[in-house]
Amino acid sequence: MLGFGADLLWADMNRLLAFLFHQGVLDEQFLQLQQLQDHTSPNFVSEVVNIYFHESEKLLNNLRSLLMEREFSDYKKIEIHLNQFIGSSSSIGAKRVTSVCIAFRAASEQDNRAGCLRALEMLEHEYCYLKNKLHELFQIEQQRALAAGVRYPMQHQ
Amino acid sequence: MGLAAESQFHVLAVDDSIIDRKLIERLLKTSSYQVTTVDSGSKALEFLGLCENDETNPNTPSVFPNNHQEVEVNLVITDYCMPGMTGYDLLKKIKESSSLKNIPVVIMSSENVPSRINRCLEEGAEEFFLKPVRLSDLSRLKPHMKKTKLKHQKQETEQKFENSEIIQNDQKQTPKSQIQHSETESQSQTQLQAHSTIDQQQQSLQQGNNNKRKNMEQGLSSDTDRTRPRYSGIATVV
Repeated sequence: MLGFGADLLWADMNRLLAFLFHQGVLDEQFLQLQQLQDHTSPNFVSEVVNIYFHESEKLLNNLRSLLMEREFSDYKKIEIHLNQFIGSSSSIGAKRVTSVCIAFRAASEQDNRAGCLRALEMLEHEYCYLKNKLHELFQIEQQRALAAGVRYPMQHQ
Repeated sequence: MGLAAESQFHVLAVDDSIIDRKLIERLLKTSSYQVTTVDSGSKALEFLGLCENDETNPNTPSVFPNNHQEVEVNLVITDYCMPGMTGYDLLKKIKESSSLKNIPVVIMSSENVPSRINRCLEEGAEEFFLKPVRLSDLSRLKPHMKKTKLKHQKQETEQKFENSEIIQNDQKQTPKSQIQHSETESQSQTQLQAHSTIDQQQQSLQQGNNNKRKNMEQGLSSDTDRTRPRYSGIATVV
């Protein structure tokens, strides 16, 4: 019965992943990350993604602080932060977040403050969505691992 | 035996992004390389110039004049865009250094800029990878590392030959004999040339005669891989 549950969870996980790929939220690079995970590095994906969350939130805070400055003019700094964000997002396969960052950078290159603010809002929204979905994915994975793990000891009773 | 035969290549990865460092480290380890990661070009240079002694072989005889880089790094892979010293600057510094210039360097960049790629290749980079780097990209690394390791071994063995006395030509081959190496010993060994295989190996390199150990001289034969012994001191004849 529990083994059955693990299989259902596995299906859920794959369904969610397929959905995220279909929506363009994630791309092939995320699969590359999963391929690098194995018994010698069993939590690789979640480790990398957690570092990504940590770094991204710092960047988002910096971007917001900069743009909210009364006398804001430092577009170069915005671009530096965005380049970092683009790099890390594409490294984990966060396709939509990367696209929004690129559009944001274009607005910054045109010294378009209003455009930057709009882009920032969109970026924060996309990032939140990504974070929620990835958390959901990791939760399902954890439940599945638990369900699959509990099955075996039960068989010995 | 005494020789800690290096069975792994050691790669130094340089990237200011912590995510990319984690990624490249995992990619390299999955490909069975030893990895050191640093977050800047200056730290990379520090690491490359760091140890004075060959940590894998405490019995290294005399100092090889050209070999200052002793924490053996077989390849440097570096991001292009880094604050301070860029990957290009690092590449230049490595290629301008007499002790480091033979280390193959690979550049990574998230941007596909042909002029940038050309500039790096012209400066001596072996490869230019677009990020995100894939596992399949890493298969292009090994040939560069093998080529340099072979050159390194050849240089060391030729140095060894020059450092010891020239001995009589002796064709007798003794299987499985071990060579105890030091300058004084090789001199006293000259009296026992009948079974001294050290001269044979050195001579085979010098003379290119038909010798079981010719594969060393010929380079990339099928069994030249990471398990091939390094002739930096003690060598075992099989």
